Amino acid sequence: MIPAAFEYYRPKDMEGVLSLLAEHGDEARVMAGGHSLIPMMKLRMADVPHLIDLQDVGGLSDIEVGTDSIRIGAMVTQSDIITHEGLATAAPILREAALQIADPQVRYMGTVGGNVANGDPGNDMPGLMQCLDATFHLIGADGTRDVPARDFYEAAYMTAREDEEVLTAVTIPLLKGGHAYEKQKRKIGDYATAAAAVQIVNEGGTCAAASIAMTNLSDTPIYSQAACDALVGTSVDDSAIKAAMAAMLGDIDPSEDNRGPVAFKKHVAGIILRRAIERAWSRA
Amino acid sequence: MPKKMHITLTVNGKEEEFLAEPRELLIYTLRERLNITGPHIGCETSHCGACTVTIGGKSVKSCTMFVAQADGADITTIEGIGGPDNLHPLQEAFKEHHGLQCGYCTPGMITRATKLLEEIPNPTEEEIRFGMAGNLCRCTGYQNIVKSIQAAAAEMSAAKEAAE
Ligand SMILES: Cc1cc2nc3c(=O)[nH]c(=O)nc-3n(C[C@H](O)[C@H](O)[C@H](O)COP(=O)(O)OP(=O)(O)OC[C@H]3O[C@@H](n4cnc5c(N)ncnc54)[C@H](O)[C@@H]3O)c2cc1C
Ligand code: FES
Ligand code: FES
Repeated sequence: MIPAAFEYYRPKDMEGVLSLLAEHGDEARVMAGGHSLIPMMKLRMADVPHLIDLQDVGGLSDIEVGTDSIRIGAMVTQSDIITHEGLATAAPILREAALQIADPQVRYMGTVGGNVANGDPGNDMPGLMQCLDATFHLIGADGTRDVPARDFYEAAYMTAREDEEVLTAVTIPLLKGGHAYEKQKRKIGDYATAAAAVQIVNEGGTCAAASIAMTNLSDTPIYSQAACDALVGTSVDDSAIKAAMAAMLGDIDPSEDNRGPVAFKKHVAGIILRRAIERAWSRA
Repeated sequence: MPKKMHITLTVNGKEEEFLAEPRELLIYTLRERLNITGPHIGCETSHCGACTVTIGGKSVKSCTMFVAQADGADITTIEGIGGPDNLHPLQEAFKEHHGLQCGYCTPGMITRATKLLEEIPNPTEEEIRFGMAGNLCRCTGYQNIVKSIQAAAAEMSAAKEAAE
Protein backbone atom coordinates (compact mmCIF):
# COMPACT_ATOMS: atom_id res chain seq x y z
CA MET A 1 0.00 0.00 0.00
CA ILE A 2 2.01 2.90 -1.29
CA PRO A 3 0.53 6.38 -1.15
CA ALA A 4 0.96 8.85 -3.98
CA ALA A 5 4.14 10.91 -3.85
CA PHE A 6 4.17 14.18 -1.92
CA GLU A 7 6.43 16.98 -0.85
CA TYR A 8 7.13 16.80 2.87
CA TYR A 9 7.60 19.81 5.14
CA ARG A 10 8.32 20.02 8.84
CA PRO A 11 8.10 23.70 9.76
CA LYS A 12 9.36 24.86 13.16
CA ASP A 13 6.57 27.32 13.89
CA MET A 14 2.99 28.22 13.05
CA GLU A 15 4.12 31.03 10.76
CA GLY A 16 5.87 28.42 8.62
CA VAL A 17 2.76 26.24 8.57
CA LEU A 18 0.49 29.12 7.57
CA SER A 19 2.76 30.33 4.79
CA LEU A 20 2.91 26.80 3.32
CA LEU A 21 -0.88 26.56 3.50
CA ALA A 22 -1.19 29.97 1.82
CA GLU A 23 1.24 28.95 -0.91
CA HIS A 24 -0.27 25.56 -1.75
CA GLY A 25 -3.96 26.07 -0.94
CA ASP A 26 -6.05 22.92 -1.02
CA GLU A 27 -3.09 20.92 -2.36
CA ALA A 28 -1.63 21.09 1.15
CA ARG A 29 -2.70 19.42 4.38
CA VAL A 30 -1.34 19.39 7.87
CA MET A 31 -0.58 16.08 9.57
CA ALA A 32 -0.65 15.52 13.33
CA GLY A 33 -0.38 11.87 14.41
CA GLY A 34 -1.18 10.69 10.91
CA HIS A 35 -3.34 7.83 12.16
CA SER A 36 -6.39 8.91 10.21
CA LEU A 37 -4.59 10.64 7.36
CA ILE A 38 -1.93 8.03 6.50
CA PRO A 39 -4.42 5.15 6.18
CA MET A 40 -6.48 7.37 3.82
CA MET A 41 -3.37 8.27 1.82
CA LYS A 42 -2.37 4.60 1.60
CA LEU A 43 -5.81 3.79 0.23
CA ARG A 44 -5.38 6.78 -2.12
CA MET A 45 -8.64 8.16 -0.78
CA ALA A 46 -6.75 11.28 0.30
CA ASP A 47 -4.45 12.99 -2.17
CA VAL A 48 -2.02 15.33 -0.45
CA PRO A 49 0.63 16.73 -2.79
CA HIS A 50 2.06 18.90 0.02
CA LEU A 51 2.18 17.32 3.47
CA ILE A 52 2.92 19.61 6.42
CA ASP A 53 3.99 17.69 9.52
CA LEU A 54 3.12 19.57 12.72
CA GLN A 55 5.44 17.57 15.01
CA ASP A 56 8.06 20.35 15.40
CA VAL A 57 5.64 23.24 15.84
CA GLY A 58 5.94 24.38 19.44
CA GLY A 59 3.18 25.36 21.84
CA LEU A 60 0.60 22.83 20.68
CA SER A 61 1.15 20.12 23.28
CA ASP A 62 0.15 21.78 26.55
CA ILE A 63 -2.68 20.79 28.87
CA GLU A 64 -3.74 23.69 31.12
CA VAL A 65 -6.24 22.97 33.87
CA GLY A 66 -7.55 26.39 34.92
CA THR A 67 -10.12 27.40 37.51
CA ASP A 68 -13.00 27.77 35.06
CA SER A 69 -11.80 25.95 31.96
CA ILE A 70 -9.40 23.37 30.57
CA ARG A 71 -7.31 24.09 27.50
CA ILE A 72 -5.86 21.19 25.52
CA GLY A 73 -3.34 21.82 22.75
CA ALA A 74 -4.08 20.30 19.35
CA MET A 75 -1.01 18.02 19.45
CA VAL A 76 -1.85 16.48 22.83
CA THR A 77 -2.23 12.75 22.20
CA GLN A 78 -4.90 10.38 23.50
CA SER A 79 -2.14 8.77 25.52
CA ASP A 80 -1.19 12.16 27.08
CA ILE A 81 -4.83 12.58 28.12
CA ILE A 82 -4.90 9.16 29.75
CA THR A 83 -1.74 9.75 31.78
CA HIS A 84 -2.28 13.41 32.78
CA GLU A 85 -2.94 13.61 36.52
CA GLY A 86 -4.61 17.02 36.56
CA LEU A 87 -7.11 15.91 33.95
CA ALA A 88 -7.88 12.71 35.81
CA THR A 89 -9.43 14.81 38.59
CA ALA A 90 -10.66 17.83 36.60
CA ALA A 91 -12.23 15.97 33.69
CA PRO A 92 -12.20 12.18 34.14
CA ILE A 93 -14.59 11.77 31.20
CA LEU A 94 -11.76 12.71 28.82
CA ARG A 95 -9.76 9.76 30.07
CA GLU A 96 -12.83 7.51 30.03
CA ALA A 97 -13.39 8.38 26.35
CA ALA A 98 -9.72 8.30 25.31
CA LEU A 99 -9.36 4.77 26.72
CA GLN A 100 -12.13 3.66 24.36
CA ILE A 101 -10.37 5.02 21.28
CA ALA A 102 -8.42 2.58 19.13
CA ASP A 103 -5.55 0.66 20.78
CA PRO A 104 -2.38 1.59 22.69
CA GLN A 105 -0.20 2.11 19.61
CA VAL A 106 -2.76 4.38 17.96
CA ARG A 107 -3.32 6.34 21.17
CA TYR A 108 0.38 7.24 21.43
CA MET A 109 0.19 8.90 18.01
CA GLY A 110 -3.39 10.11 17.58
CA THR A 111 -3.98 13.68 18.73
CA VAL A 112 -6.97 15.59 20.06
CA GLY A 113 -6.61 18.15 17.26
CA GLY A 114 -6.50 15.49 14.56
CA ASN A 115 -9.43 13.64 16.08
CA VAL A 116 -11.69 16.70 16.23
CA ALA A 117 -10.51 18.30 12.95
CA ASN A 118 -10.74 15.12 10.90
CA GLY A 119 -14.52 15.30 10.50
CA ASP A 120 -14.96 11.52 10.35
CA PRO A 121 -18.30 10.71 12.02
CA GLY A 122 -16.61 7.68 13.58
CA ASN A 123 -14.21 9.76 15.68
CA ASP A 124 -15.07 9.81 19.37
CA MET A 125 -13.79 13.22 20.48
CA PRO A 126 -16.19 15.36 18.38
CA GLY A 127 -19.30 14.01 20.14
CA LEU A 128 -17.60 14.32 23.50
CA MET A 129 -16.61 17.92 22.74
CA GLN A 130 -20.19 18.73 21.80
CA CYS A 131 -21.45 17.26 25.05
CA LEU A 132 -18.92 19.31 27.04
CA ASP A 133 -19.68 22.45 25.00
CA ALA A 134 -16.04 22.88 23.99
CA THR A 135 -14.70 25.69 21.85
CA PHE A 136 -12.20 25.06 19.06
CA HIS A 137 -9.46 27.63 18.46
CA LEU A 138 -8.36 28.17 14.87
CA ILE A 139 -5.57 30.22 13.36
CA GLY A 140 -5.30 31.38 9.76
CA ALA A 141 -3.87 34.12 7.62
CA ASP A 142 -6.39 36.59 9.04
CA GLY A 143 -5.64 35.77 12.66
CA THR A 144 -7.43 33.59 15.17
CA ARG A 145 -11.08 32.74 15.67
CA ASP A 146 -13.12 30.50 17.91
CA VAL A 147 -15.83 28.08 16.82
CA PRO A 148 -18.12 26.24 19.25
CA ALA A 149 -17.83 22.46 18.85
CA ARG A 150 -21.61 22.38 18.40
CA ASP A 151 -21.30 24.56 15.26
CA PHE A 152 -18.17 22.96 13.82
CA TYR A 153 -19.43 19.85 12.00
CA GLU A 154 -21.25 20.33 8.68
CA ALA A 155 -21.14 16.90 7.00
CA ALA A 156 -18.75 13.94 6.84
CA TYR A 157 -15.23 15.42 6.50
CA MET A 158 -16.75 18.91 6.14
CA THR A 159 -16.18 21.29 9.03
CA ALA A 160 -16.25 25.01 9.72
CA ARG A 161 -12.43 25.05 9.42
CA GLU A 162 -11.18 26.62 6.20
CA ASP A 163 -8.51 24.74 4.23
CA GLU A 164 -5.85 27.25 5.18
CA GLU A 165 -6.69 27.27 8.90
CA VAL A 166 -5.06 25.19 11.62
CA LEU A 167 -6.73 24.09 14.85
CA THR A 168 -4.47 25.08 17.73
CA ALA A 169 -6.40 24.05 20.84
CA VAL A 170 -9.67 23.06 22.41
CA THR A 171 -11.14 24.75 25.50
CA ILE A 172 -13.64 22.97 27.73
CA PRO A 173 -15.61 24.85 30.38
CA LEU A 174 -15.23 23.43 33.86
CA LEU A 175 -17.24 20.24 34.11
CA LYS A 176 -20.50 20.16 36.04
CA GLY A 177 -22.22 17.21 37.70
CA GLY A 178 -21.74 13.63 36.55
CA HIS A 179 -20.49 12.34 33.21
CA ALA A 180 -20.15 9.19 31.18
CA TYR A 181 -18.82 8.15 27.81
CA GLU A 182 -20.37 4.87 26.72
CA LYS A 183 -19.38 3.17 23.47
CA GLN A 184 -20.51 0.01 21.73
CA LYS A 185 -17.92 -1.42 19.34
CA ARG A 186 -17.37 -4.79 17.72
CA LYS A 187 -13.87 -5.17 19.13
CA ILE A 188 -11.11 -3.10 20.69
CA GLY A 189 -9.74 -0.73 18.08
CA ASP A 190 -13.04 -0.41 16.29
CA TYR A 191 -15.01 2.74 15.69
CA ALA A 192 -18.34 3.04 17.49
CA THR A 193 -21.47 1.24 16.37
CA ALA A 194 -22.98 3.82 18.68
CA ALA A 195 -21.54 6.00 21.45
CA ALA A 196 -23.03 8.49 23.86
CA ALA A 197 -21.49 11.32 25.87
CA VAL A 198 -23.58 12.54 28.78
CA GLN A 199 -23.22 15.29 31.38
CA ILE A 200 -25.95 15.65 34.06
CA VAL A 201 -26.37 18.00 37.02
CA ASN A 202 -28.29 16.65 40.00
CA GLU A 203 -29.86 19.18 42.36
CA GLY A 204 -31.55 17.43 45.27
CA GLY A 205 -32.62 14.45 43.20
CA THR A 206 -33.85 16.49 40.23
CA CYS A 207 -31.97 16.85 36.98
CA ALA A 208 -31.10 20.55 36.74
CA ALA A 209 -29.14 20.41 33.49
CA ALA A 210 -28.23 17.76 30.94
CA SER A 211 -26.04 17.56 27.87
CA ILE A 212 -26.19 14.64 25.44
CA ALA A 213 -24.24 13.94 22.24
CA MET A 214 -24.10 10.82 20.06
CA THR A 215 -21.27 9.45 17.88
CA ASN A 216 -21.31 7.65 14.51
CA LEU A 217 -25.08 7.72 14.12
CA SER A 218 -25.25 10.44 11.44
CA ASP A 219 -22.72 12.02 9.13
CA THR A 220 -21.79 14.39 11.95
CA PRO A 221 -21.84 14.01 15.73
CA ILE A 222 -25.32 14.79 17.05
CA TYR A 223 -25.97 17.08 19.99
CA SER A 224 -29.53 16.23 21.01
CA GLN A 225 -31.23 19.19 22.69
CA ALA A 226 -34.51 17.25 22.69
CA ALA A 227 -32.95 14.42 24.68
CA CYS A 228 -31.53 16.92 27.19
CA ASP A 229 -34.93 18.58 27.55
CA ALA A 230 -36.52 15.20 28.23
CA LEU A 231 -34.33 14.78 31.32
CA VAL A 232 -34.30 18.28 32.81
CA GLY A 233 -36.78 18.66 35.68
CA THR A 234 -37.22 14.90 36.12
CA SER A 235 -35.77 12.53 38.70
CA VAL A 236 -34.11 10.65 35.82
CA ASP A 237 -36.40 7.69 36.40
CA ASP A 238 -37.19 5.02 33.86
CA SER A 239 -39.84 7.03 32.06
CA ALA A 240 -37.57 10.09 31.75
CA ILE A 241 -34.77 7.93 30.36
CA LYS A 242 -37.16 6.34 27.87
CA ALA A 243 -38.31 9.82 26.80
CA ALA A 244 -34.68 10.92 26.33
CA MET A 245 -33.97 7.79 24.29
CA ALA A 246 -36.99 8.44 22.05
CA ALA A 247 -36.04 12.10 21.63
CA MET A 248 -32.45 11.16 20.71
CA LEU A 249 -33.70 8.60 18.16
CA GLY A 250 -35.60 11.43 16.48
CA ASP A 251 -32.38 13.40 16.04
CA ILE A 252 -30.00 10.73 14.69
CA ASP A 253 -29.95 9.44 11.13
CA PRO A 254 -27.80 6.31 10.98
CA SER A 255 -27.12 4.52 7.72
CA GLU A 256 -26.57 0.84 7.09
CA ASP A 257 -22.97 -0.35 6.83
CA ASN A 258 -20.82 -3.24 8.00
CA ARG A 259 -21.71 -2.40 11.62
CA GLY A 260 -25.33 -3.31 10.93
CA PRO A 261 -28.67 -2.20 9.51
CA VAL A 262 -30.41 0.99 10.58
CA ALA A 263 -32.84 -0.72 12.96
CA PHE A 264 -29.97 -2.39 14.81
CA LYS A 265 -28.03 0.86 15.10
CA LYS A 266 -31.06 2.63 16.54
CA HIS A 267 -31.55 -0.20 19.02
CA VAL A 268 -27.91 -0.01 20.10
CA ALA A 269 -28.02 3.80 20.27
CA GLY A 270 -30.93 3.63 22.72
CA ILE A 271 -29.24 1.10 24.97
CA ILE A 272 -25.94 2.97 24.93
CA LEU A 273 -27.66 6.23 25.79
CA ARG A 274 -29.54 4.57 28.65
CA ARG A 275 -26.30 3.18 30.06
CA ALA A 276 -24.55 6.53 29.72
CA ILE A 277 -27.39 8.41 31.43
CA GLU A 278 -27.56 5.89 34.27
CA ARG A 279 -23.83 6.01 34.83
CA ALA A 280 -23.61 9.82 34.60
CA TRP A 281 -26.57 10.17 36.98
CA SER A 282 -24.99 7.77 39.48
CA ARG A 283 -21.94 10.07 39.50
CA ALA A 284 -23.88 13.36 39.51
CA MET B 1 10.57 11.63 -10.20
CA PRO B 2 9.51 12.70 -6.70
CA LYS B 3 12.23 14.38 -4.72
CA LYS B 4 14.22 12.28 -2.29
CA MET B 5 14.99 13.40 1.23
CA HIS B 6 18.12 13.01 3.24
CA ILE B 7 17.12 10.86 6.23
CA THR B 8 19.01 10.06 9.40
CA LEU B 9 17.75 7.40 11.80
CA THR B 10 19.20 5.67 14.80
CA VAL B 11 18.08 2.05 14.72
CA ASN B 12 19.03 -0.20 17.62
CA GLY B 13 21.82 2.20 18.50
CA LYS B 14 23.29 2.35 15.01
CA GLU B 15 23.11 5.50 12.93
CA GLU B 16 21.74 5.09 9.40
CA GLU B 17 21.80 7.70 6.66
CA PHE B 18 20.23 7.44 3.24
CA LEU B 19 18.11 9.17 0.62
CA ALA B 20 14.46 8.16 0.42
CA GLU B 21 11.16 9.38 -0.86
CA PRO B 22 9.18 10.88 2.03
CA ARG B 23 6.24 8.54 1.32
CA GLU B 24 8.27 5.40 2.07
CA LEU B 25 6.61 3.64 5.00
CA LEU B 26 8.95 3.04 7.91
CA ILE B 27 8.29 -0.71 7.89
CA TYR B 28 9.72 -0.89 4.36
CA THR B 29 12.68 1.24 5.33
CA LEU B 30 13.47 -1.19 8.11
CA ARG B 31 12.84 -4.40 6.25
CA GLU B 32 13.93 -3.67 2.72
CA ARG B 33 16.41 -0.84 3.00
CA LEU B 34 18.11 -1.69 6.29
CA ASN B 35 17.50 -5.45 6.21
CA ILE B 36 16.03 -5.36 9.72
CA THR B 37 13.37 -8.00 9.19
CA GLY B 38 12.17 -8.58 12.78
CA PRO B 39 9.22 -6.19 12.44
CA HIS B 40 6.69 -7.95 10.20
CA ILE B 41 3.97 -6.81 7.86
CA GLY B 42 0.72 -8.48 8.88
CA CYS B 43 -2.08 -6.26 7.66
CA GLU B 44 -0.43 -3.08 6.45
CA THR B 45 -3.58 -1.26 7.59
CA SER B 46 -2.68 -0.25 11.18
CA HIS B 47 -4.60 -3.09 12.82
CA CYS B 48 -2.42 -6.09 13.64
CA GLY B 49 0.65 -4.66 15.39
CA ALA B 50 3.10 -7.11 13.75
CA CYS B 51 5.12 -4.09 12.59
CA THR B 52 5.39 -2.53 16.08
CA VAL B 53 8.65 -0.77 16.93
CA THR B 54 9.56 1.62 19.73
CA ILE B 55 10.16 5.24 18.78
CA GLY B 56 10.99 7.86 21.37
CA GLY B 57 9.36 5.80 24.12
CA LYS B 58 6.18 5.02 22.20
CA SER B 59 5.02 1.75 20.67
CA VAL B 60 4.38 2.61 17.04
CA LYS B 61 2.94 0.67 14.12
CA SER B 62 5.69 1.27 11.60
CA CYS B 63 3.32 0.64 8.67
CA THR B 64 1.57 3.85 9.69
CA MET B 65 4.52 6.21 9.71
CA PHE B 66 6.31 7.81 6.79
CA VAL B 67 10.08 7.62 6.86
CA ALA B 68 10.06 11.42 6.61
CA GLN B 69 8.20 11.64 9.94
CA ALA B 70 10.78 9.39 11.54
CA ASP B 71 13.73 11.49 10.32
CA GLY B 72 15.97 12.08 13.35
CA ALA B 73 14.22 9.44 15.47
CA ASP B 74 15.65 6.79 17.76
CA ILE B 75 14.07 3.44 16.89
CA THR B 76 14.23 0.09 18.64
CA THR B 77 13.11 -3.12 16.95
CA ILE B 78 13.03 -6.68 18.29
CA GLU B 79 16.66 -7.05 17.11
CA GLY B 80 17.64 -4.33 19.60
CA ILE B 81 15.77 -5.96 22.47
CA GLY B 82 17.71 -9.22 22.55
CA GLY B 83 19.23 -11.89 20.32
CA PRO B 84 19.88 -15.64 20.40
CA ASP B 85 22.84 -15.21 22.76
CA ASN B 86 21.26 -12.68 25.08
CA LEU B 87 17.52 -13.26 25.17
CA HIS B 88 15.47 -10.57 26.87
CA PRO B 89 13.37 -11.95 29.76
CA LEU B 90 10.27 -11.49 27.58
CA GLN B 91 11.84 -13.53 24.77
CA GLU B 92 12.87 -16.19 27.26
CA ALA B 93 9.37 -16.26 28.76
CA PHE B 94 7.63 -16.51 25.37
CA LYS B 95 9.89 -19.49 24.62
CA GLU B 96 9.30 -21.16 28.00
CA HIS B 97 5.55 -20.60 28.17
CA HIS B 98 4.64 -21.27 24.54
CA GLY B 99 3.78 -17.63 23.92
CA LEU B 100 4.14 -18.29 20.20
CA GLN B 101 3.15 -20.84 17.63
CA CYS B 102 3.92 -19.68 14.10
CA GLY B 103 5.82 -16.70 15.52
CA TYR B 104 4.62 -14.18 12.99
CA CYS B 105 3.12 -11.79 15.56
CA THR B 106 5.87 -12.36 18.12
CA PRO B 107 8.35 -9.56 17.30
CA GLY B 108 5.54 -7.02 17.50
CA MET B 109 4.12 -8.63 20.64
CA ILE B 110 7.42 -8.61 22.48
CA THR B 111 8.36 -5.11 21.34
CA ARG B 112 5.01 -3.81 22.57
CA ALA B 113 5.31 -5.80 25.81
CA THR B 114 8.69 -4.21 26.65
CA LYS B 115 6.97 -0.82 26.66
CA LEU B 116 3.94 -2.11 28.57
CA LEU B 117 6.19 -3.47 31.34
CA GLU B 118 8.02 -0.14 31.51
CA GLU B 119 4.71 1.59 32.15
CA ILE B 120 3.18 -1.11 34.36
CA PRO B 121 5.93 -3.35 35.79
CA ASN B 122 3.51 -5.86 37.36
CA PRO B 123 0.38 -5.81 35.26
CA THR B 124 -2.77 -7.78 36.01
CA GLU B 125 -4.17 -10.08 33.34
CA GLU B 126 -6.70 -7.41 32.47
CA GLU B 127 -4.01 -4.75 32.14
CA ILE B 128 -2.01 -7.05 29.88
CA ARG B 129 -4.97 -7.80 27.64
CA PHE B 130 -5.85 -4.09 27.42
CA GLY B 131 -2.24 -2.99 26.96
CA MET B 132 -1.63 -5.57 24.24
CA ALA B 133 -4.88 -4.89 22.41
CA GLY B 134 -3.09 -3.37 19.42
CA ASN B 135 -1.38 -6.71 18.65
CA LEU B 136 -3.26 -9.55 17.05
CA CYS B 137 -2.28 -13.21 17.08
CA ARG B 138 -3.91 -15.75 14.78
CA CYS B 139 -2.52 -18.84 16.52
CA THR B 140 -2.25 -18.84 20.26
CA GLY B 141 -5.62 -17.65 21.53
CA TYR B 142 -3.61 -15.19 23.64
CA GLN B 143 -3.70 -17.32 26.79
CA ASN B 144 -0.02 -18.17 26.66
CA ILE B 145 0.95 -14.70 25.55
CA VAL B 146 -0.60 -13.36 28.75
CA LYS B 147 1.17 -16.07 30.78
CA SER B 148 4.50 -15.27 29.13
CA ILE B 149 4.21 -11.57 29.87
CA GLN B 150 3.25 -12.29 33.47
CA ALA B 151 6.22 -14.63 33.84
CA ALA B 152 8.60 -12.06 32.36
CA ALA B 153 7.18 -9.35 34.63
CA ALA B 154 7.80 -11.54 37.68
CA GLU B 155 11.31 -12.38 36.48
CA MET B 156 12.17 -8.75 35.74
CA SER B 157 10.81 -7.53 39.10
CA ALA B 158 12.76 -10.21 40.96
CA ALA B 159 15.94 -9.29 39.09
CA LYS B 160 15.36 -5.62 39.88
CA GLU B 161 14.86 -6.32 43.57
CA ALA B 162 17.96 -8.48 43.67
CA ALA B 163 19.95 -5.65 42.10
CA GLU B 164 18.75 -3.11 44.68
C1 LIG C 1 -6.61 1.02 13.94
C2 LIG C 1 -7.19 2.35 14.25
C3 LIG C 1 -8.29 2.45 15.08
C4 LIG C 1 -8.86 3.68 15.39
N1 LIG C 1 -9.93 3.73 16.23
C5 LIG C 1 -10.46 4.94 16.57
C6 LIG C 1 -11.56 5.04 17.45
O1 LIG C 1 -12.06 4.05 17.97
N2 LIG C 1 -12.04 6.29 17.74
C7 LIG C 1 -11.49 7.41 17.22
O2 LIG C 1 -11.96 8.51 17.52
N3 LIG C 1 -10.45 7.35 16.38
C8 LIG C 1 -9.92 6.14 16.04
N4 LIG C 1 -8.84 6.09 15.19
C9 LIG C 1 -8.32 7.35 14.64
C10 LIG C 1 -7.26 7.93 15.52
O3 LIG C 1 -7.78 8.29 16.77
C11 LIG C 1 -6.63 9.12 14.81
O4 LIG C 1 -5.36 9.24 15.35
C12 LIG C 1 -7.36 10.43 14.94
O5 LIG C 1 -8.63 10.35 14.36
C13 LIG C 1 -6.68 11.54 14.17
O6 LIG C 1 -5.64 12.07 14.89
P1 LIG C 1 -4.22 12.22 14.23
O7 LIG C 1 -3.46 13.08 15.15
O8 LIG C 1 -3.69 10.90 13.92
O9 LIG C 1 -4.58 13.08 12.91
P2 LIG C 1 -4.06 13.00 11.42
O10 LIG C 1 -4.30 11.67 10.86
O11 LIG C 1 -2.69 13.55 11.36
O12 LIG C 1 -5.05 14.05 10.77
C14 LIG C 1 -6.42 13.76 10.55
C15 LIG C 1 -7.05 14.92 9.77
O13 LIG C 1 -7.11 16.08 10.58
C16 LIG C 1 -6.35 17.13 10.02
N5 LIG C 1 -5.63 17.76 11.13
C17 LIG C 1 -4.83 17.16 12.04
N6 LIG C 1 -4.40 18.04 12.96
C18 LIG C 1 -4.92 19.22 12.61
C19 LIG C 1 -4.85 20.53 13.18
N7 LIG C 1 -4.15 20.78 14.30
N8 LIG C 1 -5.51 21.54 12.56
C20 LIG C 1 -6.23 21.30 11.43
N9 LIG C 1 -6.34 20.10 10.87
C21 LIG C 1 -5.70 19.06 11.46
C22 LIG C 1 -5.44 16.50 8.99
O14 LIG C 1 -5.14 17.40 7.93
C23 LIG C 1 -6.27 15.32 8.53
O15 LIG C 1 -7.19 15.73 7.55
C24 LIG C 1 -8.28 4.87 14.85
C25 LIG C 1 -7.17 4.78 14.03
C26 LIG C 1 -6.63 3.55 13.71
C27 LIG C 1 -5.45 3.51 12.82
S1 FES D 1 1.36 -4.36 9.54
FE1 FES D 1 1.31 -2.55 10.68
S2 FES D 1 -0.37 -2.84 11.98
FE2 FES D 1 -0.45 -4.63 10.71
S1 FES E 1 1.96 -17.06 16.92
FE1 FES E 1 1.10 -17.15 14.93
S2 FES E 1 0.22 -15.18 14.78
FE2 FES E 1 0.79 -15.24 16.82
